[in-house]
Amino acid sequence: MNRATPWEKAVRYVLLLAVLALTVGPFLWQLSTSLKSTTEDIYTSPPRFLPAHPTGHNYAEVADIVPVWDYALNSLKVAAANVLTNLAGASMAGYALARLRFRGRRAAGLAFVAAVLVPLESVVIAQFTMMRDLELNNTLVAVVLPGAVGALNVLLMRNAFAALPYETEEAAVIDGANVWQRFVRVALPSVKGTLAVVAIFSFMGAWDDFLWPLIVLSDPDRFTLTIGLNYLHGTFQQDPRLVAAGTVIAVAPLVVMFVCLQRYFFRGVEEGAVKG
Amino acid sequence: MTGVKRVRTHRAASPWLFLLPGLGTVAAFNLYPFLTTLHKAFTDARTLTPGSWVGLRNFRELLEDEQFWVALRNSGLYVVLVVPFTVLLPLLLALLVQKRIPGVAFFRSAFYTPVVASVVVVALIWEWMLDDRGLVNAILRVLGAGSVSFLGDEWLLLFSAMALTVWKGLGYYMIIYLAALANVPRELHEAAAVDGAGPLRRFTAVTVPAVRSTMVLVGALSSVAAFKVFSEVYLLAGPTGGPAGQDTTLVMLLQRTGTGLNGRVGYSSAISLIVFAVALVLMLLVLRADRRDGQGPQDARGGRDPKGRQA
Repeated sequence: MNRATPWEKAVRYVLLLAVLALTVGPFLWQLSTSLKSTTEDIYTSPPRFLPAHPTGHNYAEVADIVPVWDYALNSLKVAAANVLTNLAGASMAGYALARLRFRGRRAAGLAFVAAVLVPLESVVIAQFTMMRDLELNNTLVAVVLPGAVGALNVLLMRNAFAALPYETEEAAVIDGANVWQRFVRVALPSVKGTLAVVAIFSFMGAWDDFLWPLIVLSDPDRFTLTIGLNYLHGTFQQDPRLVAAGTVIAVAPLVVMFVCLQRYFFRGVEEGAVKG
Repeated sequence: MTGVKRVRTHRAASPWLFLLPGLGTVAAFNLYPFLTTLHKAFTDARTLTPGSWVGLRNFRELLEDEQFWVALRNSGLYVVLVVPFTVLLPLLLALLVQKRIPGVAFFRSAFYTPVVASVVVVALIWEWMLDDRGLVNAILRVLGAGSVSFLGDEWLLLFSAMALTVWKGLGYYMIIYLAALANVPRELHEAAAVDGAGPLRRFTAVTVPAVRSTMVLVGALSSVAAFKVFSEVYLLAGPTGGPAGQDTTLVMLLQRTGTGLNGRVGYSSAISLIVFAVALVLMLLVLRADRRDGQGPQDARGGRDPKGRQA
């Protein structure tokens, strides 16, 4: 187990490369399609993997006809708002559930557990009617509100705070720090890992969401990227190059963000390995 | 006001101030809508009219609605066919990237790409690849096999959507397994190796029992997710559910019936309740199985704070 034979190593890398082709290959194929010019046949058999004369023309054209950059900006607004509200709301609620003693704590905890058990898909129509009654339909606020504080994030934060040793706050209590000061200065800095996980999942969840924006948004000016791409797909099905350019625009910022953050993301897993 | 009293009122109020944003959101947008759904399911409410009480009529109508049975079949099939792959393949993938060998960090991140990309993007990519003239068919032709109309046939389309779901989830569940594998004591593998157990034997005798509760968790998460499938099928099949609507799923049906100016909110709420009930049953079944397996090696390790991983 410790000493891998060269044979074993070779098999491992062959498998890794095969899975790489399967997981990343489709994205590269899409990138390649998006760079092929209109004069190049994209249906050749055998397929040609590199564009003969790479061009940015499709990107200019897709942005000309459909405001993909505006859609991306809308998605960015929604995702950023979702990250902020979740970080603030979930950490505060999680802190209260884990660290404060008060009447009704169990009931409050149960409310979050119950909320986790209710699938969003099964309340989506009721949320839609509600937003209509509030006259918020077709706004980005309506896209953000239902997920502003995810119940699962609250439970994650509760677990993180509960795992902190009592002594972390003891000194602050003796120094006369109030609840808010203890929360901001002592507890929050100790749960950075979980905060990062909540931030990443909130961002990806909001950026990725399809069903809810599809239901609540009807005005193309307000579309988020997922809904805009769905629209793009209906409009330009005849030219895969344009659709490809649109998808590359949608996926590139996320891949860049993930590449920058992946060290923090995988750290939790690595930490487990060290501790275990 | 005396000092003591001020402290006491402060203490009593502050937890609720901390809870307010979270509890408010959850109450307003999860729990309250659930209660209204529960009520509307027994009314003939439409988008613009509150409707009146009709008892079980929506549910009786559902039983006679052919589309409902098609949707229930598709969502059910989705669970049965997708879950075994999402439980097993990501585990094998995690074993592949677990070992610290040069370049493995790159592979881990790369395998996560489909998770990062939004579902619309991956659906558009696969639609182009599975097109009659797309990459998959081009490869099939080179290999001498005829071309296959993946998106034109009711069943092939559903299977394609399932493959897309499995593919997109690989990286996500791989991470969950990686965290679990990190807790498997290395000595177990070494002892088994010394005893002459080959890789396959070590997998079934050491790895699987050690990550069994994680497999159950992945099974729970992925079966609930598979039952609620919407985006993948909607995007590959289109809003009306592919050829003759035969690829509609339950959530697609509730979205289609409940939205729009003349949406049948009451009828759609009845479907919502069925989705909720099945999801809950799936979750409880798996949780019960988990409790039965509770005496697994994960707990036997002892001493280690199970929450430590998250801090």
